[in-house]
Formats: sequence, C-alpha cells, structure tokens
Amino acid sequence: MNIESNKAAFSKEPREENLVTMLWDIQRRNGWISKADVRSLAAILNVSPLDIDETLSFYHFFRSKPSGRHQIYLCDSVIARMNGYDQVRAALERETNCCFGGLSADGLFGLEDTPCIGLSDQEPAMMIGDVVFTGLTPEAVSNIVAQLRAGKLPADIANPNGYDSGTLDYVDAMVVSRIRNQGPVFFKPMRDHHAVLQGVLARHPIEIIDEIAASKLRGRGGAGFPTGLKWRLAHEAEGGQKFIICNADEGEPGTFKDRCLLTRSPRDVLIGMVVAGFAVGARSGILYLRAEYWYLKDYLERHIGECREAGLLGDDILGSGFAFDIRIQMGAGAYICGDETALIESCEGKRGTPRVKPPYPIQSGYLGMPTVVNNVETFAIVSRIVEEGGRWYASMGTEKSSGTRLLSVSGDCARPGIYEIEWGMRLDEVLGMVGASRPMAVQVSGPSGECVSAAKDGGRVFCYSDLSCNGSLMIFDESRDLLGIIRHFMSFFVQESCGICTPCRSGCVDMLTKVDRVIGGKATKQDLEDCNAWGHLMRSTSRCGLGTTAAKPILTTMKSFPELYRDRLAVVDGPILASFDLEKALKGHEDAFRNLVKDNY
Amino acid sequence: MNHHAKDYILSHDLPRSAMDPAVMAKRDEKLHVAMIGLCGCWGCTLSFLDMDENLLRLLDRITITRSSFTDVKRIPRRAAIGFIEGGVANEENIETLVHYRENCDVLISVGACAVWGGVPAMRNLVPLEDCLREAYVDSPTRPLQQPPTIPYHEDIPKLTTKVYPLHEVVKIDYFIPGCPPDGQTIFKVLDDLVHGRDFSIPAHINRFD
Amino acid sequence: MTAKLYIDGREICASEGDVLIDVAADYGIHIPSLCYMRGRPCLGTCRVCSVVVNGSIMPACTARIADGMVVEVAQPEVADMRRALVEANFSEGNHNCPSCEKSGRCELQAVAYEVEMVVSRFPYRFAERERDQTARHIFLERDRCIFCQRCVEFIRDIDTGHKIFAIHGRGTHARIDIDVVLADRMPPEQVREAADICPVGCIIEKGRGYNDPIGKRKFETRSIRDRVLEGDKK
Repeated sequence: MNIESNKAAFSKEPREENLVTMLWDIQRRNGWISKADVRSLAAILNVSPLDIDETLSFYHFFRSKPSGRHQIYLCDSVIARMNGYDQVRAALERETNCCFGGLSADGLFGLEDTPCIGLSDQEPAMMIGDVVFTGLTPEAVSNIVAQLRAGKLPADIANPNGYDSGTLDYVDAMVVSRIRNQGPVFFKPMRDHHAVLQGVLARHPIEIIDEIAASKLRGRGGAGFPTGLKWRLAHEAEGGQKFIICNADEGEPGTFKDRCLLTRSPRDVLIGMVVAGFAVGARSGILYLRAEYWYLKDYLERHIGECREAGLLGDDILGSGFAFDIRIQMGAGAYICGDETALIESCEGKRGTPRVKPPYPIQSGYLGMPTVVNNVETFAIVSRIVEEGGRWYASMGTEKSSGTRLLSVSGDCARPGIYEIEWGMRLDEVLGMVGASRPMAVQVSGPSGECVSAAKDGGRVFCYSDLSCNGSLMIFDESRDLLGIIRHFMSFFVQESCGICTPCRSGCVDMLTKVDRVIGGKATKQDLEDCNAWGHLMRSTSRCGLGTTAAKPILTTMKSFPELYRDRLAVVDGPILASFDLEKALKGHEDAFRNLVKDNY
Repeated sequence: MNHHAKDYILSHDLPRSAMDPAVMAKRDEKLHVAMIGLCGCWGCTLSFLDMDENLLRLLDRITITRSSFTDVKRIPRRAAIGFIEGGVANEENIETLVHYRENCDVLISVGACAVWGGVPAMRNLVPLEDCLREAYVDSPTRPLQQPPTIPYHEDIPKLTTKVYPLHEVVKIDYFIPGCPPDGQTIFKVLDDLVHGRDFSIPAHINRFD
Repeated sequence: MTAKLYIDGREICASEGDVLIDVAADYGIHIPSLCYMRGRPCLGTCRVCSVVVNGSIMPACTARIADGMVVEVAQPEVADMRRALVEANFSEGNHNCPSCEKSGRCELQAVAYEVEMVVSRFPYRFAERERDQTARHIFLERDRCIFCQRCVEFIRDIDTGHKIFAIHGRGTHARIDIDVVLADRMPPEQVREAADICPVGCIIEKGRGYNDPIGKRKFETRSIRDRVLEGDKK
C-alpha cells in the first residue's frame, strides 16, 4: 500500500473522514493493517505513525497481523457458555485446523474470541467478517466451515436466498428479532413519520424540549439523566455547530434491544435524532454503530437514504428550512466506547478514552462543540413522545420513572427476547412473564449492574430508585456456577478497561485475583474485606462508568449471595497464609533442575 | 528441608552456658526482641546495629535475644517483637519465617527485600530454570572440561519458584521500607512500640532506597 | 468572580472556575498528584489527588472552584484512598527504587513518602514489559510506566507537533512507545525535559545516571510537598 493509493482511496467526497473509518477501509480491503499502511496514513493525516498506532491498537477488531481469509470471531459471553460455547469452540478448532488466537496453516481461517455481540437470545453465535451466524451447534460449524472451504462466501451461507444487504430480509436471514410483547411505545407498525416530523417542525424548539421534559423521560443508556434537561442545556450552550449522536454501541453483555430497534424500527430512531437536532439546533447527527452490528449498516444506510429522498433528512426537511443529516460511524470493538465521551473520541477517530469531565458533552463534545449523546432507545421513545405528547408518556410507569422500557432477556427462561415493560413492574412479575421456572440469580443491567437473588429480591421494582435496569436481564438458574460467571464478568472488565486511570486499570486485575482466590478455596475473611474496600476505591476514584461499576459483579453477589463466598473460605491452620501456594513455591526448583539435567546430560 | 538423618547438630540445639539467675530473672521481665535475615544482604541488620547508643535508652525495657551477634537460627523463647530482613527465596527462609511468626507477638518486615522482594526479586522476571542455567550451565566462570553442577540436594534448601515478600507467606504486622532503612527509623519504630505509641514512619524519614 | 470555599474547615477565597488543586497549593494545602502539572491541561489519569468535594469524591485537578464548595482533603478515608492509588502504581510495575536511576528525583517515590506509604496493599505483580533502547538519547524502562500521559501530551516534535510518545494497546496490556525517528531529532534540552516530566523512571536519558549522591537528590533536599507549595512546577 503506497501513499498515493491510500490518498486516492480517502479523497472521495462527500465524506467525513476520520482515522477509525480509514483503518476500517484498509482492513476491509487487505484483511489487516500493515506497518506500511500505518506509515502512509501518518503521512496523509500529517501525524506520527505512533499516533496512528495508538488508535489502531486500541480497538480489538483492528488487526496489525495478517488475518485468515475468513477471520472468525466467536462470542465468548456467559450466556454463550451456558448454551454450548465450549462444544462450538472445539468444533471450530477441529474443523478449521486452527487454534484460537492464531491462523490455520493454509491461511484460510483465523479464530478469535470476542465479548458479547448482542445476540444473547440466540447464542452461541459468531461473526465472520460482516456476517453473523447464530444458534450454533458443532454440526452447524462443520457445515459452515465445509462450505467456506468449498469457496462459498460467508454471506452466501448465511443468506442463501441472496437478499440484498440493504433489506430487512437480509438481516432477518441471519438474526431473529424476538419481540415478545407489544407495548404502548415501541415497535408500532405503519407509523406516519412524515406527519410526526411535520408536527414537530411546526412548533418552536423550546416547545419540543418542554414536551420531552414533561414526559419525564430519562436517558435509556443506563445513567438515567433527564433527557429534557440535557437537551435544554445543549440548546442554551454556545457553539458554532451542535451535534446529535445516537449511541448504538450496545456493548453491555446481555443486551440486544438496540439491535432489535434498529432492525424493526430504524425510522423511529432516525426521526428521534432529527427531533433532537431541531430541539437543540444541531444540523448533523452521527449514529455510532458497534462493529458487531455491521450486518445492519447497509440496511440502516438504506433507511437514511430513503429518509433523505422523502425529505425527512437533508438540507430542507419537509420544506421547513431546517437542515439535518445523519451519518453512520462504525465502532471497532471496544466496550468503553459505550461511555459517551469515549464514544465522542472514537467518532473523532481516536482511541476510545473517556474524557476528563468537566466539560461535559453538552458544553464541549464532538469536535469541541455542544453535543447531545442519547441511546437508541431514547431516540425511539422521543419519536413517540412528540407524536402522543409528554403527558401521555408520563402517565405510564411510576412518578419518578416514567414510561416503559425494553428489556433484553436471556439465560435460563422459556422465552428469551425483547419485552417492553412499564417501569414499576416487580422482578418476580418479569420472571414469570419470561418463563423463568427455577431462577436463582438475575443479573440486572449486565456485568456493570447488579446481581440479585430471585428468592430474596423478587419484590424489588424496576425503576430508577431501585432496579434501574439498562436493558440487560440475564437469568441464571440453580444449576449455574455463579462464581464462574462472576469471574467471567471480571475478566471482561480486565480486557475492556481502557487503562487511562489507575483505579480501573489496576483494580480490575486485583479484583479478578480475588475471585480466583475465592474459587480456589484460598480466600479468607480478609480477602472479602479487601474486595469491599478495593471495590469502593474503584467506585469512588475511577474516571468513567466502567471503572466505577467494574467491581459490581463481586460486590453485588457478596450482598445477594453471601453464602457463595462464606462456604468457600479457607480453613486456616498454622501461620502460613491460605493464599500462599506452598506446593507451587517449592516445585519450581525441582522442575527447573529436571529440565536442565535433561538438556545437559 | 527434612532433617531425617540426625547426624549433625544445629546451632540452636547447642547447649548454652548457664547465666546468673538474677540476670536471667531481670531479663525475663523485659520485652524480648529478635532480628534475623532471610534472602537479603544483611544491610538491614547492620542498620539495626546502627541504632547505636540509642539502644542504651531502651535496654531497661528490652533484651535482644537474637541478632547478628548470636548466630542461632531459632529464638529460645517467645519474643514480643521480631524484625525480619530479606524476602523468601528458599525453603529454609519459609521455615525460619514460620518459626518467627509462631514465636513473635509482633512481626515486622524490614527493608525492601522483606517488604516486596527487593533486589533478589529481580529474578521474578526470569524463569527459575533460566536463572539456574545462567549461573551454573552457561556461566563464564564454570570450570571447563567438567559437566555443569546444578545444585539440587536434600541438604541444600530448595529455591522457591519466585521470591516472595514476607506478607505473602505469613501475616506481617508492620513494614519498614528502605534499602536499607536508616538505623534511626528502625529505632523510632522500636521505641514507639515499646512505649505503646502507634506505628508511624513520617515522610521525612521514609526512604525506599 | 470571587468564590468562598472551605478546605478542611478553613475559609478560602478564590476565583470561580480555578482549579482546586492549584488553589489549595496557594493556601499551603498540599494535594499530591502524579499527572497534574500546574499551568498545563489536566490529564486526570492518576487520580491520586482525589478529595471530597461537597460530599463526593473527585480528583482535585478536575474540580473547579465554585462558591460555597466544601472540600475535605485530610479526611482519613479519602487520604487512605490517595495512598491506595499510589500503592496500586507500585504493585503494577516494577518500582525497585534501590536499582532505579530516578531514585531521589522520582515523583512517584516522593509522593509515596508524602502519603506515608510503607508497602503496597495490592499484590506485587512483577510486570514484564520489554524495555526499548532504540532511540539514541532515551531509553524506556517500560515496567515503570504509570500511564500518566504527560510525555504523550506535553512532549511533541518541535517542528511538526507530532507525538513522540504514545500508548500502544489498552488496559493492562498497554505499553508506552517512542517514535525513534522523532526522538532522535529531539534537542538535548527536550530530552532532559522528557526525562524530568516523567514522574517515574520510565523515560531515562542515556548517559545520565546517578549524578547526585544519595541525600543530595531533588526530593531529598526538599520534599515534593515543599516544592509544590513553593510554586516549583515539579
């Protein structure tokens, strides 16, 4: 790859260029990004090669080593592990003649693990390039690999009818959208988005903000910041340009509601973004789509294109003079980019490092301009609020938690999938609704949330002051090894911590060590006290939401399932600490000696 | 180490000459203090001696049952305070450390090696096999024309896989960092403990090197 | 606009919007930090300057003065958190002061003295990170890096403004990298600056070792507390 050809590739207009996009272009063309590519990008962007490498090495889907012709990413999540991940993994290694983390000798296959890819209701699942395969079995794996060996493309295997990648049929051929109930807000068929938007544009932006404020809508990303207030602050903020960003980096393990919204109701989301743009005075929107959802990209592009043609996006929306357009920014594999400031950095083509706050995005966000970042679900709700009115929305749910929300339900239940619930529902009601027959533990809001006991916490209520669920609900029955699940969650945080701040970078590793100690029967009461203290340290001093919540798998299970830890505590006899592995400490010399003797005599 | 064949005598098993009963009685009333080194350079032990004449002020209250003056490996009776320098790098270190933990009310890590492993712990970055190969097989000073001799015998303490800080092996009550810590720092800690004051090493006397 | 605030019960007047850690220093209250440098943009990476502001814990380098602010620096729980964060850095890398060229000139060491650290409560990890000696005047002892980002942000190529140092990878797998071509163009005073702003012994100037004897080194002649409070930019 020389500078000229890269330059030619990147000078197409119109397009908002950034490094993440450029790296994707190279990788999609060549399979990987070489040192020469890095140098040429550095020359084009007038930065040092290290600057390119900083971004390249941050995202786990970017490859600085050659890929297999078919680079396979198998989802390694606790839900996948409950549904046959191990067998599928073994089948993949056997059929491709390749070990995880490496390439097959013929260069045809590369295998990697990847955290939750948003398909928890149909695990095990894997990605091959842009294509996903769900509900995998060892037999399905041998079948897929055989077809790949025979020269078929992944897309042709997953989409045998050859639907165009911009169609819903294409998406449906790969992934099922299991929408289990019809509520008042989401997935309304046959909506007249034209009329909705016309109604909005006829009003004053402040009226729209008042409407959203009246709905008492709180952001659905997890933090629950009042949407109306966020918009008002952004509206009042001074800046040459303002931006609307839709956070579709649905990375919290166990959640997949945004994927279903983008599949079944993409227009609701796009229109919600236009409404936000109108309310705060922004002309540009970015839909930040996680790389795991690449199979939705063409489909979403088509919807954006159709909206433009219909005058719902563009320079003069519905003849009102209001201009707003949306582009899609692809992520590249980093859970941290779910944090709004990390996401903004990523939109600018940089490492997804959360920014120092203040300033907040509404003051200084994308390109230093006032920026509103909202979740996919929030925008979908907005499109309904402006249609039905803020009071209509506020009349649902509870006093402090208005409206409804989507739950992505997975794990041990008869009917995993998407449910719309009114805030105020009790946990045991939800468990009954989804057909969880013998639930033991429920992981509310993913690893960063809370693990509650089905027996003790059934009366707890979904609302911002109690179970403020971000949409992920994983159910584990009595057969599950909860400590193993906690360990999996902690190692997820170790992998995903960006490392910018001490407490998170260091604390995640230390907490993982503690879990291993508990699992190994080598923990004492002191270790549990350390977990509490160190977890508190991470919660209090970390820079962003990842670090502040990363100890929660341990902290919340210590509260809900204290016996889990108590029963594993070491019986201490003698002065040597339970955590000290005497046998291992004394074995090294003998092993070393035997190896050296073997080599030298 | 398993001393199954008892055809030798350890220093602490040797008979001791009888002392004046009056002196013994007086000594029994005092706080017993002991110090020993594990895997270190004995520099901290020298710092212990650097308490110099300050020690005289404490001699009404303490007696030192083990130091580098009395080269026994075990303490004859329970001590109030044990100071240990050096990290754990072999089997014998573990035995000695356990003996001190069992026989000291308060155990203190003295110096970088005891506190976190120190200079000997630089080998933690290298597999033990490579360390032994470098020292005994590929060593430029190894006698040629002879097969390499790699120490491994029941009479020689086994090296531990890694070098460990003391508090990873047994419970340690206090830590005095430094390489070595100053005699005055050790004295302050000892003086505070003897007089029932809280342990503290203020910034101006705290040193890691 | 002038704001009235309280630090550990003491009433203080400062300009609204000023940085808390600076204001505290102006009033003789030392809040330790490993990444913040007065007069330069806040990096917010080490979190060692965490204090209690109006009941919640936040780093004093990101906190801006507001009227009526109540700040607690000496409160034992948050003081222990500051110490824990310093200790975490000691466990993560290999901070072998007796064998480090930076000893006595090292901010991590000096701050550790200030917070009265004697040992790390976290397990020592004995990190293995390959060192890089390819640049002509600088070598990187990577296992001492604490990812403060000072060199990444503040040491740039004089002609182009390009990054000379950068972080490769993320989280526990991250490492500091150096652009050898640009590094070899650094004038001697910039090399010295890079080595000096490194708060640990990671960026080492080749050919410069223990030029001051023990007892005469930077933080041995005057503590980091005194230096910060007297306006030395560290």
